[in-house]
Amino acid sequence: MPWFSKKNKRIESVPLEERVVKTENVFVKCDGCEEHLFQRELEEALQVCRHCGHHFRIGARERLEMLFDDGKYEELDAEVISIDPLEFVDTKPYPNRLQQAKQASGLPEAIINARGKVGEHLVFAGAMDMSFIGGSMGSAVGEKVTRLIEHALNEHAAVITFAASGGARMQEGTLSLMQMAKIAAALAQLEEKRLPFISVLTDPTTGGVTASFAMLGDVIIAEPKALIGFAGPRVIEQTIRQKLPKDFQRSEFLLEHGMLDAIVDRRELRDFITKTLNFMMNPEIRSELELERERRAAS
Amino acid sequence: MIVGERWHGRPARDCWGRGMARSKRTLNKKKETDDVKSNAPKADTRTAMDRVKLARHDDRPYTLDFVERLFEDFVEIHGDRRFADDPAIVCGFARFHGLPVVVVGHQKGRDTKQRGYRNFGMPKPEGYRKAMRAMKLADKFGRPILTFVDTPGAYPGIDAEERGQAEAIAYNLREMAKLKVPVIVTIIGEGGSGGALAIAVGDQVMMLENATYSVITPEGCAAILWKDSAQADQAAAGLRLTAQHLLKEGIVDRIIDEPAEGAHTDHDAAARFLDAALTRQLAEAVSLGQDERLSRRYSKLRKFGRWGMAAQ
Ligand SMILES: [Zn+2]
Repeated sequence: MPWFSKKNKRIESVPLEERVVKTENVFVKCDGCEEHLFQRELEEALQVCRHCGHHFRIGARERLEMLFDDGKYEELDAEVISIDPLEFVDTKPYPNRLQQAKQASGLPEAIINARGKVGEHLVFAGAMDMSFIGGSMGSAVGEKVTRLIEHALNEHAAVITFAASGGARMQEGTLSLMQMAKIAAALAQLEEKRLPFISVLTDPTTGGVTASFAMLGDVIIAEPKALIGFAGPRVIEQTIRQKLPKDFQRSEFLLEHGMLDAIVDRRELRDFITKTLNFMMNPEIRSELELERERRAAS
Repeated sequence: MIVGERWHGRPARDCWGRGMARSKRTLNKKKETDDVKSNAPKADTRTAMDRVKLARHDDRPYTLDFVERLFEDFVEIHGDRRFADDPAIVCGFARFHGLPVVVVGHQKGRDTKQRGYRNFGMPKPEGYRKAMRAMKLADKFGRPILTFVDTPGAYPGIDAEERGQAEAIAYNLREMAKLKVPVIVTIIGEGGSGGALAIAVGDQVMMLENATYSVITPEGCAAILWKDSAQADQAAAGLRLTAQHLLKEGIVDRIIDEPAEGAHTDHDAAARFLDAALTRQLAEAVSLGQDERLSRRYSKLRKFGRWGMAAQ
């Protein structure tokens, strides 16, 4: 039995906004050009407007389906979930927020881990989802990203992440902050084993996610016009007390400033990633590592 | 339990056997430290917001105040060799009880002019890149690294974003995990989120009694979650940002005492407490072999966080 046909029957789940659109009407108005688009057409075009190229935000599971060969993947680490370590209450208790996020998004956490093949290369991919508490990173998200890297280390595979996040999850305080260091340390090990890490930045990628794994890719790709930054635009405006330029912190701005390898249209992303993996997955490195392991075991 | 974890200022021992002179001056210092301590009233009644205010106090000792008191032969090095020198982070070579070390710390300004010059201790990417350059020199020459954390956060400005603030921080997080030499981190004032963490990945993390370490400022948290920055007191309490909470959480290894009314009342006394703690932590860190140190550092980082396991 092939590895992917067992457990995972790819649960269909679509973020709330899009669910409403689908049931309500066959037309969608584009946020970019205000043209009316057929929902079916839009889905076929991977949620990209055929008139202006506007990239609609998409959910984690849709993202993974677009990435993997034949749309097939096995979900991993779904059992890792958020708890309420600080007993945090703002306008509502954190456990209530978690419960609502699960119901609204149909997801167990703000990231989905998956194992599958991309262009026949073994890949561990994590896709974040804005519909789960703004894609924020708490302990569970940090743990899942770390495990993703560890899976790749164990199976000699590539890591791909799709960032979509407002930053660290405030409700878990300093524990959320520490996830940045934890993931970065795991990435140091991946680097040592010369395994690929491709980081894809989608709209929006800000705060602690940007300042940790998202900016540590061997190759960093962004979707067009995605908001990407460390500080959010509002915080910057308040600090410098002036309006920000229109294209500030968009993918095109980051590319111009040397922070990205490429801006890639979603419809060409799979092809771009496959070519990159063809370059990075070098069988000679693998045999070198295996030889070294045998040598160590022998001595 | 917290009290039990504290260091009570035993005289410095020559633990790494490399000329850590126990001069008469050192012994006298220790005696004074004990005197200060015995007069100290309990400070456990302070709220989280009280500590936030102490951590931000205008007269609180900054990195260079401690450098002046604790180190000999300090030589400052400047610049990231890429773009600029960032005065919000100071780096240099120094001797700590005779042992050559690299010092890296955030630096705030005392008066209006200095505050502007130091950008209120908020580094730009070039600051983090300078810090990493200094730490790589430490790695190359086999010298321990002592970092001092005191920042409201990384600078949120147009130029900082243009030059890759996020990348500069992320890069430090990954590279610090790999440093072969001991890294001892002390949070001396404000531990402001990623801007603090970018020089705070280490083998040992200590915190001054009234320092804070948080994912976001209480004001920022209140503005976002409560839509009301007047709720900052409540946010400060909820974020568990005090040394006392972080010690229990295992994010911090040790709390360093301050003078009874706070470090700002007596920089010399604050420096003596820090001296004792650094001496002890450094002796412990230097005694480990490189492989052991790196594997301990990794397992420490790997354990961070608290999550649940759903029934399958
Ligand atoms: Zn359009």
